[in-house]
Amino acid sequence: MPSLGADMEAGTLVEWRIAPGSTVHRGDVVALVETEKGIIDVEAFEEGVVQSLIVAPGSRVPVGTPLALFEGDAIEAKVEVQSALAAAQPTRTAPQPALPDRGRRVSPAARARAASVGVELSSVKGSGPQGVITLQDVEHAAAQKSAQPAAVEAARSALRSAIAASMSRSKREIPHYYLQLAMDFSSAAAWLEQYNQARPVPERLLPAVLLIKATARAAAAKPGFNGHCGANGFEASAAVHVGVAIALRGGGLVAPAILDADRKPLATIMRELQDLVGRVRGGHMRSSEIASATLTVSSLGEEGADALYPIIHPPQVAIVGFGSVLERPWVVAGAVAVRPVLNLTLAADHRVSDGRQGAQFLARIRDGLLHPEEL
Amino acid sequence: MSETRGAALEPRILALLAEIAPDIDLAAVHPERAFRDQFDFDSMDLFNFAAALHERFGLDIPQRDYRELTSLVRCAAYLRRKLPEPGGA
Amino acid sequence: MMSYREALREGLREALQKDPKVFLMGEDVGRYGGCYAVTKNLLAEFGAERIRDTPLSESAFVGAGIGAALAGLRPIVEIMTVNFSLLALDQILNNAATLCHMSGGQCPVPLVIRMATGAGRQLAAQHSHSFEGWYAHIPGLRIVAPATIEDARGMLGAALRSPDPVLIFEHIALLNREGELTGAAVDIDKGAIRRPGRDLTVLTYGASLFKCLDAAAQLAAAGIEIEVLDLRTLRPLDDALIMESVRRTHRALIVDEGWRSGSLSAELGMRIVEQAFFDLDAPIARVCTAEVPIPYPKHLEDAALPSVEEIVATARAMVAHES
Repeated sequence: MPSLGADMEAGTLVEWRIAPGSTVHRGDVVALVETEKGIIDVEAFEEGVVQSLIVAPGSRVPVGTPLALFEGDAIEAKVEVQSALAAAQPTRTAPQPALPDRGRRVSPAARARAASVGVELSSVKGSGPQGVITLQDVEHAAAQKSAQPAAVEAARSALRSAIAASMSRSKREIPHYYLQLAMDFSSAAAWLEQYNQARPVPERLLPAVLLIKATARAAAAKPGFNGHCGANGFEASAAVHVGVAIALRGGGLVAPAILDADRKPLATIMRELQDLVGRVRGGHMRSSEIASATLTVSSLGEEGADALYPIIHPPQVAIVGFGSVLERPWVVAGAVAVRPVLNLTLAADHRVSDGRQGAQFLARIRDGLLHPEEL
Repeated sequence: MSETRGAALEPRILALLAEIAPDIDLAAVHPERAFRDQFDFDSMDLFNFAAALHERFGLDIPQRDYRELTSLVRCAAYLRRKLPEPGGA
Repeated sequence: MMSYREALREGLREALQKDPKVFLMGEDVGRYGGCYAVTKNLLAEFGAERIRDTPLSESAFVGAGIGAALAGLRPIVEIMTVNFSLLALDQILNNAATLCHMSGGQCPVPLVIRMATGAGRQLAAQHSHSFEGWYAHIPGLRIVAPATIEDARGMLGAALRSPDPVLIFEHIALLNREGELTGAAVDIDKGAIRRPGRDLTVLTYGASLFKCLDAAAQLAAAGIEIEVLDLRTLRPLDDALIMESVRRTHRALIVDEGWRSGSLSAELGMRIVEQAFFDLDAPIARVCTAEVPIPYPKHLEDAALPSVEEIVATARAMVAHES
């Protein structure tokens, strides 16, 4: 079926003017074909004797369909070209970008992702075209990170150096003063025991939650201990974001914040603390959590020391320490009894607050812990 | 799904530990020494561990029993006392 | 159900019915019914004042169209194909595109020029061009490429409402394609995502759109989901839509029937680098016509033009990972 118009896709064979056995010369009309433009005489370009007619009158066939065979014809040639075309691989590939000989080949998106999840590119194997490190490779590495102590160790030593630098700077630049206050923790312990007994394991509270909330409440009431010290002096913060010192297994300490800790219910603080500890140990902290603490709380837990004298985390201006709760002699109604005693300590920036204010601040925390039902 | 006493408890306890603290080297855990003495295992870890035992074994663990969970051997003994017999009510 | 050709005709009829200032002129649009039968029967319906057969001189009748637009009419000039528009290049680039600017806004040229474009019918090197990308280089012109039935019908109306000269490129391979009209409003300002996907953004227009959609179906069977974005307007380009898509999929493949050198595909690639470089997970790729004058024999013409196979192979290579 010939193409009889630029946009013709198919034509209808109306009538044959030849039959098998007819001799055809160049220019002879061999058939009538109907198209959008009307009925058209189809002329022969070849010469020869007709062997067979393939398409019957009345059939509509696409342009290019064989209509008749001449003696000695072969359709194979055409078929060959078609199959050659089908088998052809794209040879017109675009020039590949020249890749650097030295260094790693990383896609821009992968590089950005590696930075945000804390994956070290030197530890990632690139599986993209030409060995490029892609998003998929970085995400795979991030998922594997917690199961690879070696990579974590490298990150941890970097962390230790950072902590060392920060603590040194703090001790050098901030004039620390220290206060200590002991308290009878028995009412808090009893309240906690009662609270926890009434609830299944996943809903219970750790003592740390009481310490965080009591400190946060006290900080909301005494602004000189809650905020950042910068080039323009001290800026008190209206919000109280309590940094919680969390130890990393194998060494190192980070103190991400629980935001608005003074306003959150204890159960919420517990959940967030649990989530923070899990993420810190798994290496998935968010930068907003690290930078936003307005003061910090550090607790020894059951480590066994009476009191903890912490170092302020710049640019904060105070840090509250809680020693281990230990049975100690305590004066009750004029006689000595044995009570679980907790030592609260405060290290604060003497440029921003003084001992009298510090003592009041510690007293507020203690009072909060004496009435845990109000926290 | 609640687990029962049937299979050996120690490997399952170790598996649970690995889930809550994936960075612990399980092969190096000494069965009788306190977890706290072998690797950093603080009150949060203990809490998560108790919560996982509660969820996996269907056991309510009162706070005063937490000290039974502090080493592998003690924890296994505690679970054996508390879990139902296999096939029993 | 309507063909692209019929949709174009419907768009013309609507425009002619709505506004007496609209008229159509071009070679063989009247008595012959249009080289591609788009304007069949319009002469009978609207008369010789509204459907005007012109002499065989592109420069003359495009100039006349510019003059008519300057004088307050709304002419639709049909240039038989983009191949012949080259004879009216000076009129289009130096008059239609510039008069508004050069006159300080006093002489706007609200002209619509329709042209057939593209290859695939064995019309050989001089009659198979795709120059819409080239025209998209010129400030002062709007360039659109309707691919769907909806756009074939609706873009003309939107173009007539624009005060700028608008060039509409109608690919010849689409003329018999059939589809349903949805009746949705048609603009000439934005692109459209014809098939959403997650792994790769394909940017294309015109007849190549359907090759990309076919490729998408094949790739989906292999678990690769490509997003196919129909550019629709080539000047101005819908940067916002393009970048939103590329930022999401992190990979871009441009399929353009023009040649690659100094083309629309090069422009798109550069814009992506300018606006979304840090979101890319792989080098930008393109599938264009081979850098040769379009061949006449069918098998060579097919090999020169972008093919579904090549689009599929390129997309696969872009998302490939050694396992």
